[in-house]
Amino acid sequence: MIALLAFYLFATLTIASAVAVIFARNPVHSVLWLILAFFNAAGLFLLLGAEFVAMLLVIVYVGAVAVLFLFVVMMLDIDFSQLRSGFNRNLPFGLIVALVLMTEIIVAISAWRAGPALSGSHVPQAVQPNIVALGQLLYSRYLFPFEIAGLILLVAMIGAIVLTQRKRRDTRGQNVSRQVRRNPKRATRNTQPGIGQGVEL
Amino acid sequence: MITLAHYLTVAAILFTIGVLGIFLNRRNIILMLMAIELILLAVNINLIAFSAYLGDLTGQVMAMFVLTVAAAEAAIGLAILVIFFRRRGSIAVDAADRMRG
Repeated sequence: MIALLAFYLFATLTIASAVAVIFARNPVHSVLWLILAFFNAAGLFLLLGAEFVAMLLVIVYVGAVAVLFLFVVMMLDIDFSQLRSGFNRNLPFGLIVALVLMTEIIVAISAWRAGPALSGSHVPQAVQPNIVALGQLLYSRYLFPFEIAGLILLVAMIGAIVLTQRKRRDTRGQNVSRQVRRNPKRATRNTQPGIGQGVEL
Repeated sequence: MITLAHYLTVAAILFTIGVLGIFLNRRNIILMLMAIELILLAVNINLIAFSAYLGDLTGQVMAMFVLTVAAAEAAIGLAILVIFFRRRGSIAVDAADRMRG
């Protein structure tokens, strides 16, 4: 009973905050609604017994991706009211497409009959903790995809750094090789200027 | 009692909201990226619901991979957005065809 109540709470809040993400006027509010949606989706995952993925969702999405969005939204000086100009023009068409899509998916779900493996209406009781089971699977059967995932993250990191890095002309950095190459013979000069004369630089 | 169809319906609604978000905010690429995140969240809910009801952990592993790719996509997308803004002073993507070359 409590699980059912929690499910409806999490599901309603997820959907409501997803709607708010799209319709919020201020993009900063959109990002905050997105964070709420992710928290509630993590609650849904907890109800399904997937604790590890739920925590991962909170850490990766709320802790990293949403903060990245927030940084970019607040860093760039963007006139957002001008970007909303096509919003009302697209609204009727978009709503029609969305309604048709949702009706199709829900009809497909309700017309679909689960096989015998899925006929049980409850989540099977796990024999070992979720994290232990996932770890055993990740480091044995899915080791290669797991490594590839790490590689994808590395490529994304390097790509993001390379894309956003820029050379600034007005900074005075230290040129180490030039400093090392300098020797006294070329850097200093002995002169003996006459009285009343300066040194030519 | 909560059946699999409950979760599938939530995921379907979330997916539709994401698609609607892409339709409505055609000029604002930040909101488009957020809508894509919503779509990927719907996919993750589907994967995890099936994994839980089947008693098979493969779905959760796949959800983790989806999460990885979504994080990478968001990072690269926002990096492209930042250089696009630096170059053009705006993020209206309907003018993005001027970016060639």
